[in-house]
Amino acid sequence: MTNNWITTRAWFLMLPLLIVMVAIIGWPLFDTVRLSFTDAKLVGTAGNFVGFENYVRILSGPNFQRTLITTFWFAVLSVSAEMVIGVLAALLLNQQFYGRSVLRALMILPWALPTVVNATLWRLIYNPEYGALNAALTQMGIIGAYQSWLGEPGTALASLIVADCWKNFPLVALIALAALQAVPRDITAAAMVDGAGAWSRFRFVIMPYLAGPLMVALVLRTIEAFKVFDIIWVMTRGGPANSTRTLSILVYQEAFSFQRAGSGASLALIVTLLVTILAVAYAALIRKSAGVS
Amino acid sequence: MLKSVQTALLGATLLGAALFSPAHAETKINALFMAQAAYSEADVRAMTEAFTKANPDISVNLEFVPYEGLHDKTVLAQGSGGGYDVVLFDVIWPAEYATNKVLTDVTDKITPEMKSGVLPGAWTTVEYDGKRYGMPWILDTKYLFYNKEILEKAGIKAPPTTWAELAEQAKTIKDKGILATPIAWSWSQAEAAICDYTTLVSAYGGSFLKDGKPAFQTGGGLDALKYMVDSYTSGVTNPNSKEFLEEDVRRLFQNGDVAFALNWTYMYNMANDPKDSKVAGKVGVVPAPGVEGKSKVSAVNGSMGLGITSTSKHADEAWKYITFMTSQATQNQYAKLSLPIWASSYDDPAVAKGQEELIAAAKVGLAAMYPRPTTPKYQELSTALQQAIQESLLGQAKPDAALETAVQNSGL
Amino acid sequence: MERRSLAATIFVHLAALLLLAVILAPVLWLFVMSISSTPDLIAKPLHWWPDTVDLSRYGVLLSSVANSAGQAFVASLFNSIKVAGMATIAALIVAIPSAWAVSRTPSVGWSLYAVIATYMLPPVALAVPLYMALSWLGLLNNVFGLALVYLTILAPFTTWLLKSGFDSIPREIESAATMDGARLDQILRIITLPLAAPVMATAALFAFLLAWDEFFYALLFTSDQRAKTLTVAIADLAGGRVSDYGLIATAGVLAALPPLLIGLFMQRALISGLTSGGVKG
Repeated sequence: MTNNWITTRAWFLMLPLLIVMVAIIGWPLFDTVRLSFTDAKLVGTAGNFVGFENYVRILSGPNFQRTLITTFWFAVLSVSAEMVIGVLAALLLNQQFYGRSVLRALMILPWALPTVVNATLWRLIYNPEYGALNAALTQMGIIGAYQSWLGEPGTALASLIVADCWKNFPLVALIALAALQAVPRDITAAAMVDGAGAWSRFRFVIMPYLAGPLMVALVLRTIEAFKVFDIIWVMTRGGPANSTRTLSILVYQEAFSFQRAGSGASLALIVTLLVTILAVAYAALIRKSAGVS
Repeated sequence: MLKSVQTALLGATLLGAALFSPAHAETKINALFMAQAAYSEADVRAMTEAFTKANPDISVNLEFVPYEGLHDKTVLAQGSGGGYDVVLFDVIWPAEYATNKVLTDVTDKITPEMKSGVLPGAWTTVEYDGKRYGMPWILDTKYLFYNKEILEKAGIKAPPTTWAELAEQAKTIKDKGILATPIAWSWSQAEAAICDYTTLVSAYGGSFLKDGKPAFQTGGGLDALKYMVDSYTSGVTNPNSKEFLEEDVRRLFQNGDVAFALNWTYMYNMANDPKDSKVAGKVGVVPAPGVEGKSKVSAVNGSMGLGITSTSKHADEAWKYITFMTSQATQNQYAKLSLPIWASSYDDPAVAKGQEELIAAAKVGLAAMYPRPTTPKYQELSTALQQAIQESLLGQAKPDAALETAVQNSGL
Repeated sequence: MERRSLAATIFVHLAALLLLAVILAPVLWLFVMSISSTPDLIAKPLHWWPDTVDLSRYGVLLSSVANSAGQAFVASLFNSIKVAGMATIAALIVAIPSAWAVSRTPSVGWSLYAVIATYMLPPVALAVPLYMALSWLGLLNNVFGLALVYLTILAPFTTWLLKSGFDSIPREIESAATMDGARLDQILRIITLPLAAPVMATAALFAFLLAWDEFFYALLFTSDQRAKTLTVAIADLAGGRVSDYGLIATAGVLAALPPLLIGLFMQRALISGLTSGGVKG
């Protein structure tokens, strides 16, 4: 068989996927771009061409900047907490202890819990009047009186991050654990004989094995955190005083609650652009770290 | 041979017709309701069952969403051909729904008996630009509920008649150590907060709009927000009010954890039900108070109506259903959680039985109902106001500055 | 395993206990809430275990009485199964041939990266045109429409997972069969696909879980029992419309059960999928 024929055959086999992708991703994306230059309403009017007006209005408005910052903090804090706790949990699960296989199996539970159920569960736990968190903390004497977790701007975002982190750190832990199990035992043993301390063993012997998989997990989690919608929608709807309103919530509000499809589309594209920049930066980072190690 | 095929075909056709014709005669309509306050989900299901029993050729699919989802669901379903036929809508949406052609104009379908029998205040719920977009169904306003036992314990003889008095009485209860935070409100970042705010705006004689331009940032509008902030910072209001919706307020009140609560009609009979409530028999209700020199009582128009969507293919059946749901007979039968729209019902002893106090409060409160602004951009205005209220409560902005920001964000 | 001091052993066990508590406590609490009576749930101090176990809510939610809250819940359960099932099958149908093609023909690999890159797109960037298109096709509030939309998420993901699965099957087996004169469809059917069965199962599980979990599109594109999925039904319950915390918790338990069981019993397959995808990128 000639190379030409093999390539043609490959394209042919890919045809169904490509058609589907063009139809349900490519075309909608293109249409979003078109809409973003119009003042179209969601239902009814097709809208007129308005040039960059939507973009100018959004970028200069007060909501966008504030929402971007909120999204940024949510993504950075939740993802870094997930990474740190996940790696620590993986290191622990790689030790010898009673019931290790059971605990390893249970790690999948939070990850398997649907996001909406997770959000609902934590909303109940955070309830200011009857919630389990207040009850537990008061009964242990850690806080003196019941307090509001999702109603205070100071704690609302942090509470959301805890809920998000609880669900997602096990994923990082499981990925890291699999990587740890690939570290040849004689290497760590040799490092010990050489008198390397725990930290330097982790940093120079184990870390190179972890870096690749963790980097991928980091990219995926960051992109997901940047797009976050459901956990916030269920737990706070962006409140209190819009302190937990993220970009996706803002787009929903603009395009669907206010029915301004045009400016909603331009806002969505700005978000897309930001995520793309982020991903490209990460990709460069991965390539660099791969080149080094 | 050919003949036998024909016979078989004919037989099959007849059989098919016999099997399927009942299904064809039956019209299915889809209705969207909320289950949050007013009629309970069980009530709506029971009313609907009575309707389908009386009209076996129509079946009704019911869909319940929280109030927060009601507007968006209605609007989003516009795009689907087989969407809802009947939708519940809040008093604030006819302007937008009429402008965007979400609802059908039913002005011509309304009979003279309906016109004269329904309270004039209820009609404002469904009107925009001189046309009617449905039938009023829930006639509701926020009342001041109080716990008689707690007031007695604090030595308070009568419930407050002004907002200042409410603050004083709450302070008395707090100072006597009966409750740490005696008042509960629904001030979550949601429409519920706007309803509480509107009640206060009406008490302080404020107005939302003047000649289509925002006017809430001065006068009564500003005083109303200042009252909320004072009540919050002085510690007489449960600080968690800022994340409460109506149901949270009800749970607290039923548990005896607050002495005062602003809530809709439905709380009266729910809080008086000994099965779920610890305060049954101790529930007092009065119209929301007034402000000395400005008003005797205050009230927000929190009514809702039932309308036919413009995409409905079964407008006649839908209207039949609506007339049944809003009929005096149905409304009188289910008058425990929501009071009827019909004027004569209020003098019907069967309706008043067991809830005389509520009816008395309703007669005063319903007459004083104050509207939220009528504008197609209501959603944006409301969102901006919600933010202003929350920022002021949380001390992130002074009330006047917060309202100024709301003016800019209101889209008006 | 190197030797450990006693202190280190105790520390490891304590840390493991802590991790166990962190993982289990919220899940267990969800279950306890679902079987507690309302007075137990709003008691102060809170009752960590109900005085009387109340299973009635499971009956309420799983009842099939016409036009009841239970019927609505069960309908959403079936919608979730239908939508997730159809989307998973459709995703595998388009993903298997393309994943194989990319795995065996590196020269077309770049197109796969283009497909995977769509993962970065936030759903909000596609939502408005998808809404309008579904509306035009009459597929709003329709399980087929929703399943079609879910392909935007599932297809790239499963292709990616399957490609790394095919990569691990040696090409030599296939070329040997080619020499023996087997046709492509025969090779795939008799040799490659059976070998790839485990990774296909993993991909299917992942796809199913992703679809089961989806909320945003379901919120926008469904409006009632005919298509509304579980995630939206639960968000509706939690969104202030039900005051019985126990009922919300029960709905949560029921919605979580299928993925939790898949997670626990298919553990090995899922983790191998995660790590092979993770390690090889």
